[in-house]
Amino acid sequence: MENILEVKDLHVTFDTYGGTVQAVRGVNFNLKKGETLAIVGESGSGKSVTTKALMGLIPKPAGKIPKGEILFGGKDLAKLNDKQMQQIRGRDISMIFQDPMTSLNPTMKISKQIMEGLIQHQKLSKKEARTRAIELLRLVGIPEPEERINQYPHQFSGGMRQRVVIAIALACNPQILLADEPTTALDVTIQAQILELMKDIQEKTQTSIVFITHDLGVVANVADRVAVMYAGKIVEIGTVDDIFYNPKHPYTWGLLGSMPTLDNDEDQLVAIPGTPPDLMHPPKGDAFAPRNPNVMKIDLEKEPPMFQVSDTHYAATWLLHENAPKIEPPAAVKRRMQGFASDHGPTEEGEKR
Amino acid sequence: MSGDKLLEIKNLKQYFNVDRKDEVRAVNDISFDIYRGETFGLVGESGCGKSTTGRTIIRLYDATSGEVKFNGVDVHGKKSKAVLKEFNRKMQMIFQDPYASLNPRMTVKEIISEGLDIHGLVKTDIERTERVQDLLETVGLNKEHASRYPHEFSGGQRQRIGIARALAVEPEFIIADEPISALDVSIQAQVVNLLKELQEERGLTYLFIAHDLSMVKYISDRIAVMYFGKVVELADSDELYKNPLHPYTKSLLSAIPLPDPDYERNRKRVEYDPSMHDQSETPEFREVTSGHWVLCTTKEFEQYKEIKS
Repeated sequence: MENILEVKDLHVTFDTYGGTVQAVRGVNFNLKKGETLAIVGESGSGKSVTTKALMGLIPKPAGKIPKGEILFGGKDLAKLNDKQMQQIRGRDISMIFQDPMTSLNPTMKISKQIMEGLIQHQKLSKKEARTRAIELLRLVGIPEPEERINQYPHQFSGGMRQRVVIAIALACNPQILLADEPTTALDVTIQAQILELMKDIQEKTQTSIVFITHDLGVVANVADRVAVMYAGKIVEIGTVDDIFYNPKHPYTWGLLGSMPTLDNDEDQLVAIPGTPPDLMHPPKGDAFAPRNPNVMKIDLEKEPPMFQVSDTHYAATWLLHENAPKIEPPAAVKRRMQGFASDHGPTEEGEKR
Repeated sequence: MSGDKLLEIKNLKQYFNVDRKDEVRAVNDISFDIYRGETFGLVGESGCGKSTTGRTIIRLYDATSGEVKFNGVDVHGKKSKAVLKEFNRKMQMIFQDPYASLNPRMTVKEIISEGLDIHGLVKTDIERTERVQDLLETVGLNKEHASRYPHEFSGGQRQRIGIARALAVEPEFIIADEPISALDVSIQAQVVNLLKELQEERGLTYLFIAHDLSMVKYISDRIAVMYFGKVVELADSDELYKNPLHPYTKSLLSAIPLPDPDYERNRKRVEYDPSMHDQSETPEFREVTSGHWVLCTTKEFEQYKEIKS
């Protein structure tokens, strides 16, 4: 499948009074047409900053992109000025934000908020834009759109508001949809509805989605591929099955081990000890080393490159080096791998190099 | 669980704006018991009344009607100051948002020792410092942290301070209202493990309020599911997950995404439609099998019993 977006060696820094924070430190990934790429990681891992860079929403002048390329449609988005970016934002690439309570303007009727982009980008007349806005509301499953379009955000519930936000994002048939924790503020049943809606729309429109979340359950539900971020870098990337059933990076092990599953009767969750590093002074070597229970000497000295596990699966950990000692993943993660192997036959093992 | 009841809640009601047009029946006639030493999970979606229940139990709200008995004594109603103080010591709360629940202008030592001073648990400043340092170590922080301010800590560390504050007065019962929702996954596991360890060491009883069902299942012995101010189902946590009876519980369980792509590809969501119940009969809370309670009509009750037999 063709790559619609390529991010190469992206760096983002923020100047603060305390010094320069290196929020994103060399991120590489591709996005294919019609796929959903989930980016997971803890707060501060740089996942939101990465998507903001794609949208040209890094606050200036404190935030900078000192290095790296964001290639989209033959252009490098990192080099565009504000005016050129405005042509792309909302038309080719649009965004769904986390909190539907704050991402809508409370003083504007939703009709105006949906029509804004249509009039700006697609040069529709007011009347045409209105007809299209009603269609969009119907598409995102809002009942009686002809009535609802004249209402204000406060007249909608949280789930309905997020539907409105999605309608705005979809207004100009974008090629890429960036969803930054779109369901975190919602209840589980509403979350399920919104996820179903997004998948439904993706099938119809072939939009590519970058989905940011820290909820691994949601990742398992929506993603085709998963990128795991830690301390401003992608430490592991692969298909959803690679990441959940054959994880290689100790941080991915930690993430998977700290989520209880419903059939889990264990006494202790495998918590990752410690806290993420301070990105004002990123550590030498593997950034995860101080929290890694099986840390090796080289982890503290040299940064691991991306090792290839399979065609689709890469991980940045010295454990994949040929001279590395064989370290077993924690029991909870191993069971997950075994459970998968027994359900699916030998596919699991066959994936290894 | 043995039958030693620490907390008995009977027909508890908490209405807001009583007798006005906008009356809200946030908690509408619920009854359950919490046994000593157990973790009782309370789950439901936002607005179902789970937090209000917690706050009413600890007397942050005055109950509209009903009883909350703690160690056999009613919590609500007129009380002398001394009795009230004793309640406040035995029942503590851990809040959801560690950024909002700690006073930014107080040091960690001041935050933790406030309760110690109120209840006269320490006599001298040396004793106070020692207690605070002990508590900090108990929750996995350093004693050097005592002189710092909340803004110097991360979310997980702040939640640990909140836990230390709750533990300071040696309570028997702790209400944890969404204590981990604001934290990252890896930090959530740290805090949950800490709560479990403390429970084993000190024989604490928890009321754990949350919307994250997988975490609640993990930590709780028994779970009650709330919907629109009512408890619709109550059972041992394994039983509730394996054999949910009430259609709302089923829909809630079917909506949780699990970190397992294969399961996710095959998960079928069940929707709950309240109109499926016989509206002519007021449902009652009935025990279908030992310890498994469901809010149901007589007809549904017969059906559930058949399923279970």
